[in-house]
Amino acid sequence: MTQPIKFYQTGTFTVGNRLLPEGQRSVQSSEARDNSLNSGHRACQGCGEALGARYVVDAAMRATDGQLIAANATGCLEVFSTPYPETSWQLPWLHSLFGNAAAVGSGIAAALKVKALKAGQGQATTRVIAQGGDGGTTDIGFGCLSGMFERNDDVLYICYDNEGYMNTGVQRSSATPPAARTATTQPLGPEPGAEFGKGKNVPLIAVAHEIPYVATATVADLHDLEAKVEKAMRLHGARYLHVFVPCPLGWGAASCDTIRLARLARETGLFPVFEAENGEITSVTKIRRPVPVDEYLRLQKRFAHLFGAGGHPETIARIQAMADKNIKRFGLLAEESAA
Amino acid sequence: MIKQTEGSQAVAEAVALCRPEVICAYPISPQTHIVEGLGALVKAGDLAPCEFLNVESEFAAMSVAIGSSAAGARTYTATASQGLLFMVEAVYNASGLGLPIVMTVANRAIGAPINIWNDHSDSMSQRDCGWIQLFAESNQEALDLHIQAFKLAEEMSMPVMVCMDGFILTHAYEQVDMPDQAQVDAFLPPYEPRQVLDPAEPVSIGAMVGPEAFMEVRYLAHAKQTMALDRIPEIAAEFKEAFGRDAGGLVRGYRIEDAETIVVALGSVVGTLEETIDTMRAEGVKIGVLSIRCFRPFPMAAVRAALARTARVVVLEKSFAVGLGGIVSTDVRLAMVRIHVRGYTVVAGLGGRPITQDSLLRVLRLAVADELKNLTFLDLDWDIVNRHLAREAATRRSGPIAENLLRDIGSGARPTTAGKAQP
Repeated sequence: MTQPIKFYQTGTFTVGNRLLPEGQRSVQSSEARDNSLNSGHRACQGCGEALGARYVVDAAMRATDGQLIAANATGCLEVFSTPYPETSWQLPWLHSLFGNAAAVGSGIAAALKVKALKAGQGQATTRVIAQGGDGGTTDIGFGCLSGMFERNDDVLYICYDNEGYMNTGVQRSSATPPAARTATTQPLGPEPGAEFGKGKNVPLIAVAHEIPYVATATVADLHDLEAKVEKAMRLHGARYLHVFVPCPLGWGAASCDTIRLARLARETGLFPVFEAENGEITSVTKIRRPVPVDEYLRLQKRFAHLFGAGGHPETIARIQAMADKNIKRFGLLAEESAA
Repeated sequence: MIKQTEGSQAVAEAVALCRPEVICAYPISPQTHIVEGLGALVKAGDLAPCEFLNVESEFAAMSVAIGSSAAGARTYTATASQGLLFMVEAVYNASGLGLPIVMTVANRAIGAPINIWNDHSDSMSQRDCGWIQLFAESNQEALDLHIQAFKLAEEMSMPVMVCMDGFILTHAYEQVDMPDQAQVDAFLPPYEPRQVLDPAEPVSIGAMVGPEAFMEVRYLAHAKQTMALDRIPEIAAEFKEAFGRDAGGLVRGYRIEDAETIVVALGSVVGTLEETIDTMRAEGVKIGVLSIRCFRPFPMAAVRAALARTARVVVLEKSFAVGLGGIVSTDVRLAMVRIHVRGYTVVAGLGGRPITQDSLLRVLRLAVADELKNLTFLDLDWDIVNRHLAREAATRRSGPIAENLLRDIGSGARPTTAGKAQP
């Protein structure tokens, strides 16, 4: 095969594994996949987090030849995967608390380092991931996350960002976007939904720690997600992967729109997909077909108050301005579509 | 080897002799010298392989300890006071998961008002957290208890808190007998975890447990602590056999055999009490002291047996349940159910208030004469308390309490009312 495959050549944005050489196929297309997060768990239909975690952990398992331990924060991922006495996890897995997954990961990594030295190995062959939702990462677990980063502990931390506290009933987190309705940012008053000018960009904060690797990804591009996990696992030290995972329940979106919403978040510029190494941004995923933000917002009931009679077109314009700012800041426009 | 050293350094060396694999700590007075000592030993390579993590908070310290212990490493940390409170969620988690972490608590008061000096409020706030709690009377015992603690924790698969009085022990230079490595190795076998995160045999730890099994899991924690009640004296006996010293166990009595009055206490104040009791014995008073060396599990039977034939019990405690009275007393009274003795609670030494022999003699003589109030605050300055109560009665905006009291006793604190500030 001499011609590079473009995944969108079918025009459907679907990932055509059958078109790819063996080595480039998704881990999930392999019969030998680990199924680290096994079927039978209790995630909602169309759950972006379950999809993201399945790809991330399997890719990490493949990258480490199955020598992997996971620490997990409290949240949807932990709850839907382990109601006693069942567990979906096919790898050693530890859930401690909501806000400490990064520190627990640090502890596991420290123990593995000592065990490796005692066994006469220079470096631990068993690797560590820690994972949580946006609440467990950008809010309550933020201190432990920053500590793990600054110590450069050998942990890949994965944040599955669905922009709110979905497990507790859809409350606002510091990852909730402006104008979004949550149970604690109701669509009431002159500025309905979550307020503008609040929230934080944890991927960029991670970059500011100058750790070996930071990347963002979405469940719309699973090959990219897997490639970033594999790249992260080739590196040592603190690494951070922030995965955009739509939540049908919390966003009021159709279960069948999870991938579509993730793709629109990227294509509007609202969720920039990039990589950074040692504090420098090294790559961005260009937008192929720029779309206005209202295409993305309209699919979600959490933004329904912005549309129709009594809607808030000025608010949509502010959200568009945020997307435009991202596009400019990260240089997201592909040259072929810039015209 | 006999040496003259600081309590913290003695504990650091004892922990080092236990061959810890992961040590993590966040600095808080008066725990700092312990982890500084261990940090130096790790940095010098004396403990290799051992990882020393400088973490960003006590919550992270206990969380790192949870991860490393679950991955099969012998894990140690130390804290005190606000630090212990800041890690509470993880403290409960460590015991709930059954992870044999050993932690020193350099006992210190809890604010507000902020206070760095010794009392037992920190450990006592965690009496129900599922950790074993051992209290040291002296630096030698603190050192010895750490060696026992690792053995106990790992056998029971439960975390152990070794409580030693902040500053009074941690910063005191005393003579200690430091065992050698071969002795400790012979006493403390390598850690064999009951559960471990191992890719060769993957397990899920920390699953969501609903009403169908939660009670049973909690009961098993209690059952294990009950088993520890048997194992703690056995380990103390094994320790005595190996090292030739008495340390640990559940309780220790001093001159209690014929005592009509028994003072119950924990920690370093027991030494002061023994001297006080010697003085009173010389005066012909039949009095003794019972040291509770293991507070959790609470040695109900041992305490009951020790107090069964006495006429009165005075619980002297460096902790205080606001709105109730004594904390230790409540447990001691439970051990004395249907034993007809008179019981007194003396709250003493809060926030580092010195507990002097003179003061002890005064309250104990009142107790022996049954003239002591049921709840007494040793050396409480009633004048400044009453003056403050009067201020509150007279003025709505009476101002911050602690600062008012400091000004009242003339410590030079600035008045808080605007316009009246003095240099």
